[in-house]
Amino acid sequence: MGALTLTVWDQEVRGGQNEQMKLLNAAFEKAYPNITIKRDSQSFDDLGKTLRLALSGKDAPDVVQANNARSSMGAFVKADQLLPLDDWAEAYGWADRYPESVLKYSEYSPDGKSFGTGSVYGLPQVGEVVGVFYSKKKLASLGISVPKDQAAFDSALAAAKSAGETPLLLGNIEKWPAIHMFGPVQGANVPSDQIEKLGFGNAGASWTTPENEAAAKRLSDWRTAGYFNDGVNGTDYDAAWQKLTKGEGVFLMGGSWLAADLQGAMGDDVGFFVPPTKEGDGAHVTGGTGLPFTVTKASKNPDLAAAYINFITNDEAMATLAKTGNLPIVNAEKYAPATGVLRDVYSAFGSVTKDGVLLPYLDYATPTMADTLGESLQGLLDGRLAPKEFTEALEADYADFTKAG
Amino acid sequence: MLTSLKPASDPVRQTAARRPRGRRHGATPYHFILPAFLIYAAFLLYPLGRAVHLSLFEWDGLSLATFVGLDNYVSLLSDERLKGAFGHALVFVFFFAVLPVGIGLVLAAVLTRARVRGLPMFRTIVFLPQVIAMVVVAVAWRQIYAPDGVLNRTLRWAGLDSLTRAWLGDYTFSLPAVGLIGTWVTTGLVTVLLLAGMAKIPSEQFESARLDGAGAMREFFAIIVPAVRAEVTVALTLTIVVSLKTFDLVYVTTSGGPGSSTTVPSYEVYRRAFELGEVGSAAAVGVALTVLIFVISFLVNRIGDRISS
Repeated sequence: MGALTLTVWDQEVRGGQNEQMKLLNAAFEKAYPNITIKRDSQSFDDLGKTLRLALSGKDAPDVVQANNARSSMGAFVKADQLLPLDDWAEAYGWADRYPESVLKYSEYSPDGKSFGTGSVYGLPQVGEVVGVFYSKKKLASLGISVPKDQAAFDSALAAAKSAGETPLLLGNIEKWPAIHMFGPVQGANVPSDQIEKLGFGNAGASWTTPENEAAAKRLSDWRTAGYFNDGVNGTDYDAAWQKLTKGEGVFLMGGSWLAADLQGAMGDDVGFFVPPTKEGDGAHVTGGTGLPFTVTKASKNPDLAAAYINFITNDEAMATLAKTGNLPIVNAEKYAPATGVLRDVYSAFGSVTKDGVLLPYLDYATPTMADTLGESLQGLLDGRLAPKEFTEALEADYADFTKAG
Repeated sequence: MLTSLKPASDPVRQTAARRPRGRRHGATPYHFILPAFLIYAAFLLYPLGRAVHLSLFEWDGLSLATFVGLDNYVSLLSDERLKGAFGHALVFVFFFAVLPVGIGLVLAAVLTRARVRGLPMFRTIVFLPQVIAMVVVAVAWRQIYAPDGVLNRTLRWAGLDSLTRAWLGDYTFSLPAVGLIGTWVTTGLVTVLLLAGMAKIPSEQFESARLDGAGAMREFFAIIVPAVRAEVTVALTLTIVVSLKTFDLVYVTTSGGPGSSTTVPSYEVYRRAFELGEVGSAAAVGVALTVLIFVISFLVNRIGDRISS
């Protein structure tokens, strides 16, 4: 190969994200001196909006970071704008590198209809897992130990309530935060294969099952028991986690992405856990991957593009990711820092991907699901929707979509 | 729209009509407006035409579009969520247009008649919300309406704990809460417009009214209000347009929530085009909204003209 240029569009703009990308790109150019990487990074929101136009234009980039969801990656696959990477996956042994529960997140059938099966279209670098943050001092002062399973979590909530504390913090004015609260609850109640179908928007499952209704009821019971801060639907997402740092609540359910900010404010006082259904099991919990790096159909040099993706997700890359404060998607435990909440996050993610199940974000399912689920959860948390009506609203959305196929 | 406010007996137009029109001059006026027209066409007429065109297709923004005729419009009619959105927009007309005009009339009348010192300062303060970007306004009000924000803290301080609530997360109160932000923003513009109108009223009228024994109320309804009809029409037109096309305010404060209780047509355009990938349907909502705004502004101006003449 002569001198070549590889155009990469990513959204790794924040501190540690940007740093790892710079380090890995430099390492790649050093290892292959004839290659120049032309990097264009934009924020998540900007990339999401420009990608549609960029992919259909003439000068499409070689490698792009595309959101896993049906509305992005799924739509691009359907429009035949991304390259299936099966041949390279086999050559590089990606199936050995990534657990199947992770690889699934970038798999689509070539017609874009099935999500979570079919060809692999990209690889993510980092992982995300939803769990529970808490203040160690607060728990100690209440005499509550870190819950080891769901039942213990429920009794911890009750104990916090009777001690006059706000057991659960939630800021849900944006509609989506409650999805990250419902996900783990559903994971503990509903068989994972069903949740995967519901979450990936594939046919063959139903929202109107007793298990889903029980999950919704658990959330609505938390509301009637007065576990939440006042006016969750009118509270900012950021205000809720800031309350935890001020000691105005006991538990906060949220994603691993909050760890860095919480550690910044609380230091070693913040902890993180993911309660499994039964003590000792791996948890079945909402999580996911960072945006996968994919290769465009328009790329003139797909071999090079695939080699690049392989390079930024190999073992050394994972070490670089960990060093820059990101959660490496493979072997997270290996790179866990010695102390701090990140250690909890790394080990929780490792245990979920190895022994438990990483469940998809439920709003991946259909293009309208983010709205339907967000609005229905606001209704459930307001007491306007009974658990049964809640599951019916979601079933309507899911069934409409899967029937239309 | 503004041109229709011009009285029919426009002296310029009359002299123009009397002037003999030579054929050679026929095209000249059009040459003068051509540069402006080209810009207007490129940035307004073309996108508008394109939106109308797109609204006849089913298109996800990526693959080939399919022509569906008026299907997008037909499905709008049966869309409950969209009906709700247009309903909310009409509620906003009250909060953005009707209420500010009411407040503005009183405020401007007081400022005019009371001969307060430092009128320019009051004018500036009242007008200030207009100058601030809507996103900033929305962020600020989100803080005010927060469960432990200024509003609730004030209520608690006054012993009115039972009235406190998460204003933007309440199914009943979020719509008026967002609406009142609009009132706060547009009142300034309306007041300044009306102040200008009232400044034109000859002071002799007030003097003779006072001699005839009219009080402040009588003065307000018999002199001030009739004198500023034209300004009221302009104010209503501007604020109604603002209320119907509101997007940023809703996007930043509630994202249309809780549930869908504050969603508005413009927000639906955004949601359909960028979140759902239904570009055709989004264009159809946009076109419908444009038509609605046009019809309402037209009616307001017609009624305004009729009352004035």
